[in-house]
Amino acid sequence: MSSLTSYLLLSSLLFSIGLAGALTRRSAILVLIGIELMLNAANLNFIAFWRYGPDPAALTGTMFAIFSISVAAAEAAVGLGIILAVYRHSKTTDLDQMNSMKG
Amino acid sequence: MTIPFLILAALTIAGIAAAMYLRNLVHCILALTLGFAGLAALYLQLDAQFVGFTQILVYVGAVAILAVFAIMMTRSAGPMAQPVFSSSWIKGGCVAGAVFAVLAWAIDRSATSLEMLPPQPEVAVRQIGDALMRRFVLPLEIMGLLLTAALIGAVLIAMQEKPEMQ
Repeated sequence: MSSLTSYLLLSSLLFSIGLAGALTRRSAILVLIGIELMLNAANLNFIAFWRYGPDPAALTGTMFAIFSISVAAAEAAVGLGIILAVYRHSKTTDLDQMNSMKG
Repeated sequence: MTIPFLILAALTIAGIAAAMYLRNLVHCILALTLGFAGLAALYLQLDAQFVGFTQILVYVGAVAILAVFAIMMTRSAGPMAQPVFSSSWIKGGCVAGAVFAVLAWAIDRSATSLEMLPPQPEVAVRQIGDALMRRFVLPLEIMGLLLTAALIGAVLIAMQEKPEMQ
């Protein structure tokens, strides 16, 4: 098994753990963190392909990872703001209890 | 595969799996910080120093603190009485397992042409800054605009609504 394969396997495992967390946890905060983990798995893929690719000096993988981290940071800020607003409205962060759209 | 890679991968997986499994949300965030630090070390091992330190600054620093603030303001710290997994956790777990199986199968069947590690690239922070200011200057500006708009939007969403003056 080559090194690139092991990095890709690690990142797919990270993605699956993040997906499992986002799909199964009840707390809205942890669901958001699961989405962050999936974005991180994508970043690991960018860096691994950049390092093992034919032209590492072109820096495209690094740039893509940096922009992806910035987008993930913006997403985390907006997501946690939405969680705070929903909590103020319905007094819970339990997703099983957030089952009405206009209540 | 080398020994440092195996150690870092085990650390990252352990931290992230614990973050998704533990009952207490504060413990989840602590385990998550460990996982993010392990990912940063993996980036450093892949000769992406700038991305590794950005990961530490943004994730270990900002995102973890943001999540701790969200836990504090929604008063969801401490062990929960109800079960931590939602009512449809079997379906969610099956979907995640199936996704991992398909990805692992696809990775196992491909990626045979890129086995050699190319020589270590000479990437200085100066070159990254140069690329950001020349070739990638338009994406950089758009990213700045996006971050500004997203942070103003987050503040507006999370702001306490005042009762309307009648």
